[in-house]
Amino acid sequence: MSALIAAAKKEGTLNVIALPTNWANYGVELTTFSKKYGIKIHSENPSGSSAQEIQAIKTSRGRSSAPDVVDVGGPFASAGASANLFAPYKVVTWASIPANQKVANGSYYQDYGGFISFGCNLNLLGSTPCPTTWAALKSSAYKNDVALNGSPLSANAALSGVWAAAVNNGGSAGNIKPGVAFFQALESSGNFNSTDCNAASVIATSCPITINWDYLNSAKAWGLSGSTKWKVVDPAGTPFGGFYNQAVSKYASHPAAARLWEEFLYSTTGQNIWLEGGARPVELGAMVKAGTENKAAYKALPAVANLSKAVVPNTAQATTASTYVTNNWH
Amino acid sequence: MSGLGGWAGILPFAAYVVVFLGIPLYVVVHGSLTTESNQLTFDNFRQTWSSPAYRIAFKNSLILSVWTSIVGALFGTWLAAAVVAAKRGSLLHRFVQSSSGVLAYFAGVPLAFAFIAALGLQGVVTVLLKHFGIDLYAHGFTISSMTGVGLCYVYFQIPLMVILITPALEGLRSEWQEAALSLGASKLRYLRHVAVPVLLPSFVGATLILFGNAFSAYATALALVGSTLSIVPAQIDNALNGNVLVGADRAGLTLGTEMIIVVLIVMVGYLLVQRRARRWLR
Repeated sequence: MSALIAAAKKEGTLNVIALPTNWANYGVELTTFSKKYGIKIHSENPSGSSAQEIQAIKTSRGRSSAPDVVDVGGPFASAGASANLFAPYKVVTWASIPANQKVANGSYYQDYGGFISFGCNLNLLGSTPCPTTWAALKSSAYKNDVALNGSPLSANAALSGVWAAAVNNGGSAGNIKPGVAFFQALESSGNFNSTDCNAASVIATSCPITINWDYLNSAKAWGLSGSTKWKVVDPAGTPFGGFYNQAVSKYASHPAAARLWEEFLYSTTGQNIWLEGGARPVELGAMVKAGTENKAAYKALPAVANLSKAVVPNTAQATTASTYVTNNWH
Repeated sequence: MSGLGGWAGILPFAAYVVVFLGIPLYVVVHGSLTTESNQLTFDNFRQTWSSPAYRIAFKNSLILSVWTSIVGALFGTWLAAAVVAAKRGSLLHRFVQSSSGVLAYFAGVPLAFAFIAALGLQGVVTVLLKHFGIDLYAHGFTISSMTGVGLCYVYFQIPLMVILITPALEGLRSEWQEAALSLGASKLRYLRHVAVPVLLPSFVGATLILFGNAFSAYATALALVGSTLSIVPAQIDNALNGNVLVGADRAGLTLGTEMIIVVLIVMVGYLLVQRRARRWLR
């Protein structure tokens, strides 16, 4: 470890990509890491997408600005691994990552995640209460209220919102069809609000109920001012979870810094920073067992009913779902 | 020597065109015609055509472009006719001309935000109308619908039409009208047999330009609705930059090529009617 730290300090820089500072507390992760090791962070395209991260590894190969590490959705992690873009690396806490949340050779591994939630802008909802079930979204009280954070063809959370609706309406991880039907019903009843709810200015004025990952769906994560009354609810029924994945680029121009960054993220400090941002770090189970989690942050997580029944789809299911949605969502 | 000088003169411009138009064009068309292993194929086209989502995107794009160009053309011509009828150099004339010049390019993100501020769920006009008992949103209107986006497009289509059609209207010589009237034609008859036939090619040509303008617009729609609106440029964005579709970049490039084909057809039509328009108006 000390050799890795020395090598990383010698490199002096870490290139990251597509990490918004208000996303799962990444801003704190970056500044804490930078201060702790004296390594400069070069953050490229903070609002970029997983597709752009993979594209950047391919196109900026060999340049000093090439991304060293990526944080991508499951299907992109799997595509990147099969295109041989990642350098396998196992962090020292490898054993604390549940077996079904990492690939055996260490080319990528899940980092943090959460569950699909309803974010209610109470200023816009007025006296109508924040819904707590999927069925409630169909109520005539929510005319033009129910929004996603984008199109399910481009935003992972929006696809997951449709999928969560499927799981709670007779579908499953392998069958997203009822979710598309659910949103079509919302659209024809006039409850669906097609605004792209992914920026504070839009959220504050046009999005009464935003469906998104719970760790991205708080007033703080949205950067809303104190005057916005906000509530986040993980709906009753079957919870729908999703995790992002870490991978070190095979073409990293700062390979030691990249690996040290992974060690930092999977240390108790790094995992707790995500937890403080409302996300569930992948080692949370092990940390709770060892008693090393930030207790206050753990208690502040939105309550999830039936946690043991949670549906977390795998990559093959994600491909099936996105194909179905591409052909049937309009 | 002077010929050579002329070529040298356009060199900076030519280089600019090659870098910002030629190379991207090549990448898009080449990508749409090849597989990952660089073999010639038409499969990309077959795949995008057989996808219902992409077909609907094309349908939406076409409907949006057609109705906003026709509405824009009609209102634009009306406004331009009123301006031409007013005395040249009058305040009205100068006011409409210069504001058309500005408003035709008031599009994209600023226009979208102006519309959200006016007609959004909490927009000034929406709230004001609600005050008078008219609830727009209760009647099914939303700014993020196709109608909302179209309304927004019309806002830059009308001034563009004014700019495009005014020279044609000004080319209508008053002598023609006098000649027709002195031969005993009614005003209506003059319009039907002289003014409309002379103007029609210019009108159709300008409408085609408006169509192309709407068909290729995307910043306004994306800022207003985001990628939930299924139009072709939004689908290209999903395919190339999305967080959901893996390895869809060929589909994105193919949709791009298909858009280029549509615009090419429109431009050929434009050139044909332009040739016709030049017969009378010079």
